[in-house]
Amino acid sequence: MTDLLWLIPALPLASATLLILGSQWLGPRWVATLGVGSVGAAGLCVLFTTLQWQGAPLQQTLWTWIQVGELSAGVSFYVDGLTLVMMSVITGVGFLIHLYSAEFMAGDTSYARYFAYLNLFVAAMLTLVMADNLLLLFFGWEGVGACSYLLVGFWHFDAANGAAARKAFVVTRVGDAAMALGLFLLFREFGTLDIQALSAAANARWEVGNPTAVLATALLLGGAVGKSAQLPLHTWLPDAMAGPTPVSALIHAATMVTAGVYLVARTHELFLLAPPTLTAVAVIGLFTLLLAAFTALCQHDIKRILAWSTISQIGYMFLGLGVGAWSASIFHLMTHAFFKALLFLAAGAVIHCLHHEHDIRNMGGLRSRLPVVFLSFLIGAAALSALPLTSGFFSKDLIVLAAFEAPGIGPWLWAGAVLGAFLTALYSFRLVFVVFFGRANTLPDRQPGPAMATPLSVLCVFSLAGGWLGIPVANVFPAEGEGHPALWVEAVSIGIPLLGLALAYALFLGRRWDASGLVESPLGQAFYRFWHAGWRVDGLYDRLWVKPFLVLTVLLKSEPVDRLYGAVVALCQLCYEGLSRSQSGRLRQYATVMAAGVIVLLGVVWRAAGG
Amino acid sequence: MPLEHVLGLASLLFALGLTGLMVRRNILFVLMSLEVMLNSAALAFVAAGAHWGQPDGQVVFMLVLTVAAAEVSVGLGLVLQIQRRFHTLDIDDATRLRG
Repeated sequence: MTDLLWLIPALPLASATLLILGSQWLGPRWVATLGVGSVGAAGLCVLFTTLQWQGAPLQQTLWTWIQVGELSAGVSFYVDGLTLVMMSVITGVGFLIHLYSAEFMAGDTSYARYFAYLNLFVAAMLTLVMADNLLLLFFGWEGVGACSYLLVGFWHFDAANGAAARKAFVVTRVGDAAMALGLFLLFREFGTLDIQALSAAANARWEVGNPTAVLATALLLGGAVGKSAQLPLHTWLPDAMAGPTPVSALIHAATMVTAGVYLVARTHELFLLAPPTLTAVAVIGLFTLLLAAFTALCQHDIKRILAWSTISQIGYMFLGLGVGAWSASIFHLMTHAFFKALLFLAAGAVIHCLHHEHDIRNMGGLRSRLPVVFLSFLIGAAALSALPLTSGFFSKDLIVLAAFEAPGIGPWLWAGAVLGAFLTALYSFRLVFVVFFGRANTLPDRQPGPAMATPLSVLCVFSLAGGWLGIPVANVFPAEGEGHPALWVEAVSIGIPLLGLALAYALFLGRRWDASGLVESPLGQAFYRFWHAGWRVDGLYDRLWVKPFLVLTVLLKSEPVDRLYGAVVALCQLCYEGLSRSQSGRLRQYATVMAAGVIVLLGVVWRAAGG
Repeated sequence: MPLEHVLGLASLLFALGLTGLMVRRNILFVLMSLEVMLNSAALAFVAAGAHWGQPDGQVVFMLVLTVAAAEVSVGLGLVLQIQRRFHTLDIDDATRLRG
């Protein structure tokens, strides 16, 4: 069903255009129908394509986009198993989140603008994953970045939201610059940006460990790190929570932030030629997942906890990519999209029902008051913690075991990943126990309606059973080792989350243990503050980049370079004033000066003649 | 008569004319001083022509004579205009052309 492919990104794009143009005339009912319906229709097209799919990659070229010299980039799509997984996640989870938004955003003054941006985002994201060349992929990449900026700053009347949007845009731009350089390098080397041709050419030309391959993949990795909020460019994601909660669910949990994972997986043949870069991917993933997990433990804002856990989970995906567990990473990407979208939507429901309350210390006892939300959150947290038989368990277990198998640093990676899994269970269930158990501090004044409850229930099912879904990526990635690690490794990997759950129970619900003494002690306070501030990375960047830049702007504000040109002007002015005074209009004076000049000239000539 | 004497006289006349130009304020005297300077130059031409036995000196004298006549006619016209505009012949009062 190649013919239908172009419809998939075109439907949300058309709807976004209609919504932008007709925002003045369309009523909220029409806006919701268009916004939700277009993504649903795109989802149906994806479903149809998947059902008809024979296993061979589908290709469709719409038109030649750019043709300059050697460079030829088309608006053309390439759909294989990996793309199908991404498209299903984007349109499937995207549709549920759109449906949820229809109720969540009801009554907002910019209802049509919201859906226009959200549709535009879906179109850009689909372009990103369906592109058959890196240039079109980069176009989608920048498109989702722009939509992220627009949606983080959606409530732009609050200056803090605008600042968060700018930060998200600028920080990811650092990675994008690296990625653009990587594309230039690849184009210079091979004269093409078509992904399949590029992979074939690189395999033919480069041996494993070629320095150019390492450089090119490192630059691509820079882009992936920026977009996927990994160390050292992760600081924008927690601030991006300033946007509406469904936006956080769609863009900053399920789809856009996993684009970096997709990029690395899509260009995996290049990365396989550069083992140092792959190791860097794994190490970045490991450090990010640990840093983010520790930080998530010390946050109080429900959305920020989830944001840090997203960073941590993407760290797992990077770890998996780095150790060559390609399909496990993509699998985790998919299950993460399910359970993290579920968690965000449930958190959104809590916030919605509690008058925009974000601080978990002011929540509590919501278990009986918001039963649907409680159940969703519980399932989401269980999947996030990778409790056995949930979807997160299957995918994370694959990654953790693959990390152990990695040659050389494998056991260290495994130990870090297991520690991360322990912390994940701890902070996830801290959230559940603090928000839904104990004494009620704030009472909800409404219940989530059907448009919010339906996506929650569907995502619950997927979060629980998503682990049994097979993903058709066997033909995309090289075969992975089928080695089985020792039994104790598996047992520890499975048991650790349960330990985390038990500790969370003891600390936050059973009160067997009072951790407050530990936290109140000077050392505990120091660690708490350090982790609460996200390991002070923000402060470091503030001092390293932002402050010097501001100082520079103050210095350059008076335009010192222009002073030079100003001096030339002033000199001319001075000469003009002096000379215009000599033009007195007195004839006798002119004659005298002229005579004096002639005498001087004669003297000079006389001297020169040697007199 | 040696050439040096004539050239000395011509220089003296030129210096006299120049001095008159610089010190006299009445515009008529300024014109007269100019005339003296022109004639001193013409005298130098004639003397030099006689000394070298060439007719060119006298040809240039005729030219200078013509120029002087033209200059006087224009100059007197200007004098009339200045008298009419400023009601004075003092050149220092006619400084409209200052910058």
